[in-house]
Amino acid sequence: MLLTPEEVEHVALLARLEMTDEERERFTSQLNSILEHFEQLRQVDTTGVPPMSHAIAMSNVLREDEPTPSLSPDDALQNAPDRSDDYFGVPRVIE
Amino acid sequence: MSETRELYDLTAHELSDLLSTKQVSAREVLDSVWGRITSVDESLHSFILLTRQVAEKQALDVDERRARGERLPAMAGAPLALKDIYCTKGIETTCGSKILSGFVPPYDADVIERCRAHGLLFLGKTNMDEFAMGSSTENSSRGATRNPWDLERVPGGSSGGSVAAVTASEAIVAMGTDTGGSIRQPASFCGVVGLKPTYGRVSRYGVIAFASSLDQVGPITKDVRDCALMLNVLAGHDSRDSTSLDVPTPDYTQALIPDVKGLRIGLVREFMEYQGVGVDPEVAAAVRGAVDRLEELGATCDEVSLPHLNYSIPVYYILAPAEASSNLARYDGVQYGHRTRQPIADIIEMYRKTRDEGFGAEVKRRIMLGTYALSAGYYDAYYLKASQVRTLIRRDFDRAFEDHDLLVGPVSPTVAFRLGEKTEDPVAMYLSDVCTVPVNLGGLPAMSIPCGFSGDGLPIGLHIVGKPLGEETMLRAAYAYEQSADFHRRRAVPIDTREGRRSAVVRA
Repeated sequence: MLLTPEEVEHVALLARLEMTDEERERFTSQLNSILEHFEQLRQVDTTGVPPMSHAIAMSNVLREDEPTPSLSPDDALQNAPDRSDDYFGVPRVIE
Repeated sequence: MSETRELYDLTAHELSDLLSTKQVSAREVLDSVWGRITSVDESLHSFILLTRQVAEKQALDVDERRARGERLPAMAGAPLALKDIYCTKGIETTCGSKILSGFVPPYDADVIERCRAHGLLFLGKTNMDEFAMGSSTENSSRGATRNPWDLERVPGGSSGGSVAAVTASEAIVAMGTDTGGSIRQPASFCGVVGLKPTYGRVSRYGVIAFASSLDQVGPITKDVRDCALMLNVLAGHDSRDSTSLDVPTPDYTQALIPDVKGLRIGLVREFMEYQGVGVDPEVAAAVRGAVDRLEELGATCDEVSLPHLNYSIPVYYILAPAEASSNLARYDGVQYGHRTRQPIADIIEMYRKTRDEGFGAEVKRRIMLGTYALSAGYYDAYYLKASQVRTLIRRDFDRAFEDHDLLVGPVSPTVAFRLGEKTEDPVAMYLSDVCTVPVNLGGLPAMSIPCGFSGDGLPIGLHIVGKPLGEETMLRAAYAYEQSADFHRRRAVPIDTREGRRSAVVRA
């Protein structure tokens, strides 16, 4: 087994997901079968092969540093689950 | 066979001829399509939101402008179905997810602005696998969509709602997105035309992100001419997407000449046989038949091997979830969408409960997979390794294109599978993408066009892959084949599930 239920719980915390015991068990077994399928990549010799992160070679696509119109605070906040004045409301972060 | 065809049965270019000569109004076209939606969508569930008032206003505008003598774009008045993945100002956009339920975007995606400017009519939002993660449209928070050719089968995915809508003439044209085959695989399963453009050809601005280095927007249509017309609407540079290509956009309808003489076409061995396992014999036979037809029409065809395509599935299912785990971090219950109502002790718990309640099982599985592949100690073994093999896949394509203009093969190893058949086995579901994912990894353009039917009457698609920005060559071969084969004229007739389970087939 490549991944234990404890590691699954750790990854869930990193991913900010919560799961029940039953879900953790199912995910452990499913993720392991997927990771086993991935093992075949080890057969490929990639010595000296550069990684590819994008289909087209592009770097530093910049525009002129000029202000353009943007969303109004009301438009930007219209979907907020919790709003106070012109801010998003969240539970207290700092004690 | 001569019979009266309903307006909803026509293609966009046929309707365009009737509209521009004022034989019909946009309002009449809309009413016909609306009647069709009313009679079949209960069985199919292609749509998850209908926007009749928006479409009526757009139709009125098109008719008024035409009455004033304005010359309108070719697609003006064509009823369009939109995958629920594009931000549409003032219209709810959920990406098939509970976590975005109630989200009303304050702005339009670039492709939506283009469709508005061209006068298309927005019928509504179509069903999809949640965040485009799936190959069957069963992973939607809103329930599954059914295949119009057989209501017991999936339409494919993730753009299954858009594809089913066009297939059943609930829309004249539709739009989808393709990250690993999500336009082409359902187009193949439903026997319509679907095109994924070259990465960067169409702007991703305002399209809800799944895997940003792979995602592309594309059209789903009843024939190749409509596909070219829709690509004319969608393609073009957009400074709001830093990966958008700043190159001239041709008129794609100019590519539609029924002649493939001199084209060099390679049948990809690894599309026909992944890791030694062959595709379904009926699929293989239909594809070989299409290759023979292209040869009869004057193309030169041979077989070509791209060995690293045998690693496409592990490469894709590491890279796409890795990018997704990062892209989906934004759904935290703060700026938009669902937030948990359970009591919480701190903000981390709010994030975790919100995401647990808002995401479905497949999305969670991919976030977990991607987070693991990027986590300390595993990055080199998974993400880096997969990125290197991605380079080898692209090099295989580049080598094949040194002496070929197009590559072909099946779109998927099988015809449409049954509802529920693969939902409990993620790896089996992932394997239905073997032929489509390498194209996204390479950033190439590709399309699916109908090339036959199985003994059970289920459609089979021909996969045509082009060089970067080679959409015109691809469309030319697709058009030549379509005009000689005529599969595109068959229409699915979904029968109401309350009366019978099997749908019938008629020739239009």
